[in-house]
Amino acid sequence: MAEGGPAPTALNQLLNQVTLAKIRRSKELYPSARSAVLPSLWAVQDQLGYLPAEGLGAVAEELGIEPSEVEAVSTFYSMYFQHQPGRHFVQVCLNVSCGLRGADRLLRHLEQSLRVAQGGTTEDGAFTLEGTVECLGACGGAPMMQVDRLSYENLDAEGADRVLAGIREQADGSSGAERHA
Amino acid sequence: MPEVQVLTRHLGAEGVKTLVGYQRVGGYQALRKAMAMGPEAITAEVKASGLRGRGGAAFPTATKWSFLPEGVFPRYLCVNADESEPGCFKDRVLMEELPHQLVEGTLIAAFALRVSHAFIYIRGEYRLQREILDRAVAEAYQHGLAGKGILGSDWDCELIVHGGAGAYICGEETALLDSLEGLRGQPRLKPPFPAIKGLYGQPTVVNNVETLSNLPYIVSEGGAAYAGLGTESSPGTRLFCVSGHVERPGTFEVTMGTTSFGDLLELAGGVWQGRRLKAMQPGGGSMQILGPQHLDLPLDFKAVADAGSSLGAGALVIMDETTCLVDVSMRLVDFYHHESCGKCVPCREGTYFESDLMHRLEAGLASSAELATLASICANMDGRCFCPLGDTATWFVMSAYKMFPDEFESHCGAGRCPIRAGLEAAA
Repeated sequence: MAEGGPAPTALNQLLNQVTLAKIRRSKELYPSARSAVLPSLWAVQDQLGYLPAEGLGAVAEELGIEPSEVEAVSTFYSMYFQHQPGRHFVQVCLNVSCGLRGADRLLRHLEQSLRVAQGGTTEDGAFTLEGTVECLGACGGAPMMQVDRLSYENLDAEGADRVLAGIREQADGSSGAERHA
Repeated sequence: MPEVQVLTRHLGAEGVKTLVGYQRVGGYQALRKAMAMGPEAITAEVKASGLRGRGGAAFPTATKWSFLPEGVFPRYLCVNADESEPGCFKDRVLMEELPHQLVEGTLIAAFALRVSHAFIYIRGEYRLQREILDRAVAEAYQHGLAGKGILGSDWDCELIVHGGAGAYICGEETALLDSLEGLRGQPRLKPPFPAIKGLYGQPTVVNNVETLSNLPYIVSEGGAAYAGLGTESSPGTRLFCVSGHVERPGTFEVTMGTTSFGDLLELAGGVWQGRRLKAMQPGGGSMQILGPQHLDLPLDFKAVADAGSSLGAGALVIMDETTCLVDVSMRLVDFYHHESCGKCVPCREGTYFESDLMHRLEAGLASSAELATLASICANMDGRCFCPLGDTATWFVMSAYKMFPDEFESHCGAGRCPIRAGLEAAA
């Protein structure tokens, strides 16, 4: 990791070696270093769970562009988090195909069973629930939800509860720092 | 109506997601053949196939390729895997089940176009599909099918999978290029078209996943064989995604021109729960509504255009007799409002007003006069937006209003959705 990297600064001390390596690999991969902005933001979010200002600054420094330019990109895309969400991000698709097959019922059920309103995070910090309006490309398995960007399809209320219970159980079994792996 | 198999002929073959499994069914033989044929001969076969873009605009693929200026290098190929049109999930199937077919198609196009880099821009929500594609690309590198000196030749081409981060607009080809350059994904003014000034200001071709997944077949069987499927005006096959109120939602590969909407509906098991068909939306969320009277229409570009809609990106959403078209319109308008990139005023402001009005209409709180306001908002958007997103944000709602004016009227001042109220009263 040592060759060619800049001297450690306050900014890139925030990012671990895995994240820095991902950013530097992206920078090499593209004909233009700026193309590494999106993959770098993903790398930072994978480590920290969201994109704090310091993280944006670190990306800017690594890629040799202004922090404001990185921030402009980070706020444009809906999958980059400005704030720390729960440990797992749950999205229910409410677009037409899902809506026709009961997605609204599914979302209402999850609001009740997780005891959280849309956009909110459960008390234990395990789940953030979002009723997204962007079609998630699973119309053939409607209604559906994504948890941490993986799709679970043909869901009824019990099916959705089972998925979330399984994820909660898995997390309990691990060290609790699974995101930082 | 039998399904045909071009794109899906290796679907489900044992181990076909791996390089070895794909090679077992003849995979990468088309790439070898293509490299022996040379760029001009490949392009000639694609031209003979009549293949048209499968991302929604249906532009002839060989013609798009022909716009690249002679002798200007480097050139780039971008594979549009940002599938996010409501109702569409076909590219996802192609990437999930047959990733090497896409990689091979991409390499054939990359060779024909003499590009130095091919990028696959995949939406951020397709995490599983991204992982599958990453593995396929890594295998291609390990086996000398990508990178330096491909298959022992002097041809070099880098293959890079690039993940988006949640923005429907990045499916628009120039917004995709800006996003790939590390910017906010907003569309560019055209001309210049990407073929002249695309990625990093260089000549660039942007092709859809399904478009390129056809190339191994076209190269191995010949363009004429592909054109022989379907009809003269709509050659070849297409993957259609059928969803909504049907018994068996899914993707179905059928020949164009000779298959009708009714055939597609039948393949999906018909309208669910024995109910009657009320309306359908072909092409994805952007396209105009069709009714039961259109079931016999063939899946032909011109026939569907004459009926006032489009085959778009290959979707068909079926709505049964219990559906409220105001509710469906509201969901679509919400989608465009959420996804408007903010670059131009008619779209940014128009979708806001549209969404606000549709919510009040669905709740039965809008007045009758506001239907004229809705029509006026839409008239001020359609044709006046910077890119098609804003234009298409008006098409379904306006066509639904035109087909079901009484349903829209009945919501005005009703205090709640009259369709839902009727269903609850009947239950």
